[in-house]
Parts: sequence; structure tokens; C-alpha cells
Amino acid sequence: MAKRKNKVGPVVAHFWIYVLLILLAILSILPFWIMFMNATRSTPEINANSLGLIPSKYLARNWNVIGTKSFNAMTGFINSMIISTGATALSVYFSSMTAYSIVAYRWKMRRAFFTFIMAVLMIPSQIISIGFYQMMYSVGMNNSFLPLIIPAIASPAVVFYMKQYMEPALPLEIVEAARIDGAGEFFTFNRIVIPIMKPAIATQAIFAFVQKWNELFVPSVLLTDVKKYTMPMMVSLLKGDIYKTEYGSVYLGLSLTVLPLFIVYFLLSKYIIAGVALGSVKG
Amino acid sequence: MNKKKGVSYAKWGYIFALPFCIAYLIFMIYPIFNTFSIGFTNMTDRLQMQIAQEEMMGIEPTVQVELLRDEEGNLTIFDNYKFVLTDPNFWSSLKNTCIIWGVNFAPQILLALVLAVWFTSTRNKIKGKGLFKVLFYMPNIITAATIAMLFTKLFDYNKGPVNDLLRMLGVIDSNIDFFSDEFASKAIVAFVQFWMWYGYTMIILISGILGISPELFEAADIDGANGWQKFRFVTLPNLKSIMLFTLVTSMIGGMTMFDIPYMVGGQGGIKGHIRTLSVYIFEMSFTGGKLYNRASAASMLVFVMIAVLAAIIFFMLRDKDEMARHKIEKAQTKAYKKMLKEEKAKGGVQ
Repeated sequence: MAKRKNKVGPVVAHFWIYVLLILLAILSILPFWIMFMNATRSTPEINANSLGLIPSKYLARNWNVIGTKSFNAMTGFINSMIISTGATALSVYFSSMTAYSIVAYRWKMRRAFFTFIMAVLMIPSQIISIGFYQMMYSVGMNNSFLPLIIPAIASPAVVFYMKQYMEPALPLEIVEAARIDGAGEFFTFNRIVIPIMKPAIATQAIFAFVQKWNELFVPSVLLTDVKKYTMPMMVSLLKGDIYKTEYGSVYLGLSLTVLPLFIVYFLLSKYIIAGVALGSVKG
Repeated sequence: MNKKKGVSYAKWGYIFALPFCIAYLIFMIYPIFNTFSIGFTNMTDRLQMQIAQEEMMGIEPTVQVELLRDEEGNLTIFDNYKFVLTDPNFWSSLKNTCIIWGVNFAPQILLALVLAVWFTSTRNKIKGKGLFKVLFYMPNIITAATIAMLFTKLFDYNKGPVNDLLRMLGVIDSNIDFFSDEFASKAIVAFVQFWMWYGYTMIILISGILGISPELFEAADIDGANGWQKFRFVTLPNLKSIMLFTLVTSMIGGMTMFDIPYMVGGQGGIKGHIRTLSVYIFEMSFTGGKLYNRASAASMLVFVMIAVLAAIIFFMLRDKDEMARHKIEKAQTKAYKKMLKEEKAKGGVQ
């Protein structure tokens, strides 16, 4: 490695690099910081100065106010939890299964099938929302969670990732050995392949969960009953007139919708960043 | 690859791929065709309500969902498309989508590139890289709806921290009504998009740079290249395909941009300044008159645009090695068969 003789230049450059990095870091934190802090402040306090950087003592009051109105964090949380957990489980299990069918078996349509999966990788679900809504409406499934959960069985992006991971990670000799020992194909998949896929499943599960949790368009189309609202849909309720002067409560409501994500993120950030680096989530 | 072994188990390949295929057929292919065909009909919420009502009263339906026709009964199935394509709101939404996406993407890829080069540079070891990455990526994982709402509060006219801050710093005397201004409201949406995605792009580019063979950098070092030359002649050319990938995925994401503009602008997209294509479709189909037919036509137009972009990605993602292998295999089989044939023609002479 060639070391430069000029020491001053790099040091100065270094300084400005850090300045920019720290500014960007502040930019990432500040909006959320203001949100959390204002959640603990009262309306008069925010009226006087909305740029709250230190916590106040009105969290309980704001909590009480928010509880009396349409915004219901608990309902939103439970609904989002049901949908996200269900969809994530289906998505990772069946995507592994689909990837396994491509990697482990030599069937005629295999190549065409994988080509198809890559071709449809990027089709966003909102483009077909009208046809999807009409279909669900005609079978009376609007306002049901199932149309938000079951389609996760077919997640092309997850299949693509699982296939890329499985190819080098799964030695087919193991599958052969299991067959010789008399194991059925489903047994082999569930007991041997799935455990080998655990790291990939964990990564994909995080992303599938977060993506589902944050989804707004499709749930907004299907769910019209306030009792069925998901967390992101609850946010739109905070826009209503009933919260017009309850600034603190609005900030508290916003904080509640993202608190679970912050917890998940700071517990798993290492894996999430590594997962992004592998190109696992799509823009 | 042991062909013989594969054959007897081939049916299991179909069995394991079956759940995916069924789910995809029902929840994706059918809705696509459904959307496509609704675009040619007269289906609106009003029509559906009328049919349901008449059914409930037990009378013969006087109307039905059918292909569009004019008074003489001639098919006019492209009327919905005609309507959308002559709707100024459609064009302004397309324009808004492109502007907001472009204004967010240009600085995003630039900043991501600069950060990625810094973070992978062997010369200036930056401390706390891990923490910075975690913080820069953070906005990407937080619910977009919440972020949009948060920023409308932050830029609020009356009680917005941004206005308070600007007044405290003496930049302005009286509060600015950001969202009534076309430029400011577009800029805010673009900024939020930028802020949510530059960390993601940065991480993708970092992994791209780490994937470049270190030997190339070493060779450049030996040749006495400076930092800029290494970037210009080693990093940048080798990042080309990954940057194109980022560009196209971001474009597709941009075409369907919904959460931020919808939550910031609400219905109507504040005087249409930040109404994007997705907001346009959502408004048309699920609010007000619920014109499913026209919204379907608009959806299909967007679908075509995305399909073109997706085709680019597809040709990039194709496993080139595997394609090459497949080609060679095919050629070999062909040559082998030809040889057999010729031998047969020669009378099976060894």
C-alpha cells in the first residue's frame, strides 16, 4: 500500500468527511428524536416551541387523550402482527420449497420456471390492485386478513434469493443419503433442507416482516373497517380533525406505530445491513 | 449432474413447485387479466351497486357489466384508455412522478457513491463505520406512512419545528406555508424519498465495490494512480452494472411511489402538486366515484412502463454463466446426435 508523504491534506479531508458523516447521522436521528420528545410534551409547550429536544412530563396525559379517540394502537398492532407474521411464515416456507424444487430436481420445465420467476420479480402488487380487489370483493373477502396473507405463498423475490443461497449451501449428496435411508421427499425437505436454510430464512423473514408491516396500498384498498386497520393505516387517522390541537398525542401516535420497528432494528441491525448488502430487498 | 438419478424424482420437482404456481396463478395472473379486462368495460362502483340492489330486490338486472359500446352498439373498448390519455391529471401525475423521482435519485446515487468510496477506502480508515451504516439505513426500515406524517408535522405551517428553527436562526421573519407551494411540496417529498433510500443505495454500492478484485486496486497503486484516478478508472467502470441495477430498481419503485405523496398530500395531492401515478390510480378507483374501469386502464399503462423497465433488469440478472453452460450443453448434444446419425448413415462402421 502506497503511503502518501503529504500528511496535512488527508487530515483536513478526514475532518470534513467526519463533519459530513456526523451531519448525516444527525439528519437520520433528529426527526425521530423530535417525534419521541414531542410525544411527551403538552399542547401549550409545543405551541410555545415545537422544536422539543428534551423530554417533558406529559406522556401519560397524551396517552390518555389518544386512547379516547379513533386511533387505537393496540388494535393496529395486533392486526399488523397477525398479517405480518402469517405472511412472513408462508413466504419463507413456500419460497424455500419452490427454490428446492428448482435446485434439487431435474424436471423438464425447471429452467423455464426459474426464468419466469426472474421475469416477474419486479412486478409491484399495486398495479393489479383493482383486479385483485374485485376478485376479493366478489367472494366477500374484503375486510378479511386472508387476502393479505395467503398471496405470500408466491413471493418471486424470496424464491430468487433462496435459490441463490441454496445452490452452494445444500450438497445434494445429503439428499441422496436421506433417500437411501428411506426418507420421504417431504421429510427430507422439512427435516434436512429447512435447517440448512436457517440463515437465509432468518434474513428473508426479517425483510418480509418489515415490508409487510409497512405496506399501505393494498391494505388500504381491502380493509375499510376501522377495527381491521393495520398500523400504517392508523397513521392516517391521526390526520383527522379530532387531533387538530392535540399535537403531543399525534406525535405519540406516530411514535407508537414505529416503536416495534425501532426495537427490531436495533436488535437485528447487523443482520439487516448484511442482508441488504446481499441485495435481498428490492427498491 | 447425474441425469439418471434425476429422472425418477422429477415429479417431485413439480410437486414442490405447485403451491407457488397455484398461488401465483390465483393472486397475480388472474388479477392482472381481471384488471386488464375491466379496463375495457363500463364497470364502476355505481354500476355494481345498482346490480347488487336489483339483485336484492329480486328483479331482473336492467344493467350489467359489459364491454363499452356507443349508442349504435359499436364496440368502443378503448374509451377508458382514451379518457386517461387525454386526462390532464394523468399527464401531470406522470410528470410529478418523474420530477420527484429524478430530484430524489440524482443526489441519492451521488451521495451513496461518495459514501461507499469513503467507507471502502483503505487509505482513510473511517472510525465508527458500522454505526454510521446503521444510522444511514435506519429511515429505510421505518414505516413510510409514519415518516410522511412526521414530515408533514415537521414542516407544518403553524406549529412546525422547521419553521420554529428557521425563525430562531433568524432566516425568516414569518412562517412559511411549505405545502401550499408547488416547488416546496415537491421538494419535501423528494427529500423524504432521498433520505429514506440513500442508505440503502450506499450499502448496495459498498458491496459492489467490495466485490471488485483487490488486484485491480493494487495494480493501480503500483502504477501510481491517485485516489481520483482509481475511482475514475477502476471503481466506476466496475460498478457500472450494479449502478444500472440500482437505477432501474429505483425507477420501478419510483413509478409506484405511493405512501409518501399520498400521506403528505392526502386525496387531491395538495392541488395536484404531488399527485403521483399511484395516487392518481388510487383516487380514481377507491375514492369518490370509484371508476374502476378508467383506473384499470391507467394501471395497465403504468404496467407497460414497468414491464419495459423490468425487462431491462431481467436481462441483467440472467445468470450469464449458466446460460453459456446451457448453450454449450445444447451444442454438444446436437453434435453428438449428428455424429450418431452420420455413423448410422455410414452403416455403423466403428
